[in-house]
Amino acid sequence: MRRIRGSFIALAVASLASSAQAQTELRMMWYSDGNEGEVIQDLLTRFEAENPDIKVVLDNVAYDVIQTTLPVQLEAGEGPDLARVTNIKAQAGHWLDLRPYLADAAYWEANFGDYLDWMRPDGSDAITGFMTQLTVTGPYINKTLFDQAGVEPLGEGATWDEWVEAAKQVAASQGVPIALGWDRSGHRLAGPAISFGAKYIGEDGLPAVIDDGFKEMTSRIATWHEEGTMPKEVWGGVAGQTYAALNEEFANANVVMYESGSWQIGQFAKTIGDAFDWWAIPAPCGPAACSGLPGGAAVVAIKYTEHPEEVAKLMEWLASEPIMKEFAERTLFIPGHAGLAAQGLDFQTDNESAKRALDVFVAETAKFADVAKRMPAYQWSDAIYSSTITRMGQVVAGEITLEDAWARIPEDIDQKIAEATAQ
Amino acid sequence: MAAATEASGRTVSPAGILLAAFFLVMRVVDAPMAWLQRRAGLAGVIAVLLAPNLLVFGVFILTPLAMNVAYSFTAGPAMFLEERAFVGLGQYRTLFDCDNYLQPMSCSQDAFWRAVHNTGIFVFFQVSALVIVSLITALVLNREIRARGFWRAVFFFPVLLSPVVVALIWKWILLREGLLNAGLVKLGLTPTLWLAEPNWAMFWAIFVSIWAHLGFYTLILLAGLQAIPRDLYEAAEMDGTRPWRTFRRITLPLLWPSLVVVLILALIRAVQIFDEVFVLTGGGPGSSTLFITQYIYQTGFRNTIRNLGLAASASIVMGLVLILLTLVQLSASAWRERREAR
Repeated sequence: MRRIRGSFIALAVASLASSAQAQTELRMMWYSDGNEGEVIQDLLTRFEAENPDIKVVLDNVAYDVIQTTLPVQLEAGEGPDLARVTNIKAQAGHWLDLRPYLADAAYWEANFGDYLDWMRPDGSDAITGFMTQLTVTGPYINKTLFDQAGVEPLGEGATWDEWVEAAKQVAASQGVPIALGWDRSGHRLAGPAISFGAKYIGEDGLPAVIDDGFKEMTSRIATWHEEGTMPKEVWGGVAGQTYAALNEEFANANVVMYESGSWQIGQFAKTIGDAFDWWAIPAPCGPAACSGLPGGAAVVAIKYTEHPEEVAKLMEWLASEPIMKEFAERTLFIPGHAGLAAQGLDFQTDNESAKRALDVFVAETAKFADVAKRMPAYQWSDAIYSSTITRMGQVVAGEITLEDAWARIPEDIDQKIAEATAQ
Repeated sequence: MAAATEASGRTVSPAGILLAAFFLVMRVVDAPMAWLQRRAGLAGVIAVLLAPNLLVFGVFILTPLAMNVAYSFTAGPAMFLEERAFVGLGQYRTLFDCDNYLQPMSCSQDAFWRAVHNTGIFVFFQVSALVIVSLITALVLNREIRARGFWRAVFFFPVLLSPVVVALIWKWILLREGLLNAGLVKLGLTPTLWLAEPNWAMFWAIFVSIWAHLGFYTLILLAGLQAIPRDLYEAAEMDGTRPWRTFRRITLPLLWPSLVVVLILALIRAVQIFDEVFVLTGGGPGSSTLFITQYIYQTGFRNTIRNLGLAASASIVMGLVLILLTLVQLSASAWRERREAR
């Protein structure tokens, strides 16, 4: 009997000891464009080895889940402990202010200071996360097709009209179905529209989208679709603000020129490999500027977490300079870290096209128009992007005229703002 | 094992085992049920037996329905009802704010009215075609044809596929570089952007939906056809009745109850159409295949700034329309039965 009682006591002590050492489990929602899912998993495994009291579960999800499911979870006060998101400003009210938990908040201000406003509510000093990558919107060309067609790629300062003309020549010469591909996204439209003089934000701080610059660019988009330069099935193929991309068609050499952004580099290096030469090119010019649009993805801490200290510990580890450096070099992402930007990176790729594209996009970051720089931190930028792409999609499908679109876009934005601010 | 063997050596069939188990269960529940009936009467027993189902119905149907109605009177980005702004009939007023309901662009929510128009067109053509084709298919499969079992399986097979799979298969066929265009090019014909032209996209949405659901409705009609007594046809044949007259005077009246079921189910399903078309066309091109359910989904969940109040009010309107359509059909069917009884 005494032996049995002893066994029970030993069992109870063991169970207490194990619960005292119990791991804190953090969940991180993550999407991938290229190999960043594998890289972050690798880094997290290392973090867990260094911090045996914290277990991090990486939930790899489709980008659509980040855009549609996560916001619903957040509105319900639920969700993961951390997430990688692109819609960082509009949802800033859900992010955790890490300042009380950070050992060295000054490091964050010094290295991520330029981008902290992108992911915190207006007027706040909160530190809510860090950029996993800076992105720049801009075009790629299939250089091999240009060579085969005997058309010389244009240089810095070439206009949109000149580039599109060149792409049309190449497509006609090589029998390629799509001369100009363009992601179906209001975000992707904004840089070129700004180059044509679009202002997007009024003097009163409210959206003011429809002006001569915006009309110039959207007229061109409509014309390029009408004449078959752009494929109807992307912008006109789906309803509402649904995102559609042409990266796979570009990788299959069915597109001569493709307006997308720097986040495609890693994926193209993997999927295209050395099948053909692909170049990122400087943002084509309009009369007002030669600008892409800055943006990016950030890892943010969610304020509904039950483990803010552990989340902050993980964030500090991930945001540390050596880890950020390794992440950027392995994923071929442009880092949003001032220290790394100053010292330069040794991107881990043998792919000449990828190296060249990284150089081009890094150079583009110095050339953004002022409006372009304001857009990532602007509260209503998503309302603008979603309204513009919805209406332009209808124009391309022949459902409404450009004039109708220009009339309805401001109304749509007003409706969205009214709904978002209803008390 | 086909049969169990008792210790005595007698064999007992599986049906016998099941029967014995059934009586055992009945004996176990008999005592408490008898006690309940003594305490609460027959009505009490009925209430107890219905309670689990009513509970599930209440939790998963009635409560969400009530919440939906409540959300339709609110606005704002908050998820929880108590945090949302009460706007009364404001969302319904926004939905119906229109100069001319036949011209969606004159409406404040033009996407909703486009979805209403598209759904009307889809329902009319899809349900008409589906019922007619199902009837013809059932009539053919009810005849003594060679490999009848095989053909029945062929028509029923698409029903077993997930709607997403159905849509993806057809998407691969209909894309710019898809199977259909490849075939056309091979024949020297011009390829078409089947899913980028509004009329073609609507045609394929209807076609794919019929292809996917035909087997189910055919099966219902086939069962109805097989329930018609053979001697009626034999008597008609002996009288020398022509086939068309036999169909009109015997088949159609006796199949009518099954046809009403098919019509109502097809109508409800068509008004609620979402999954196949969402994957196939995404509601495009433009919004030419945007239907009411997708409008509700996009407005409530997919848009960057979600409008749950507007989505809830649109779903209430859709529910009311469905109830109305079902009542009209049931009344028409009852009227027809009364007329034939006279």
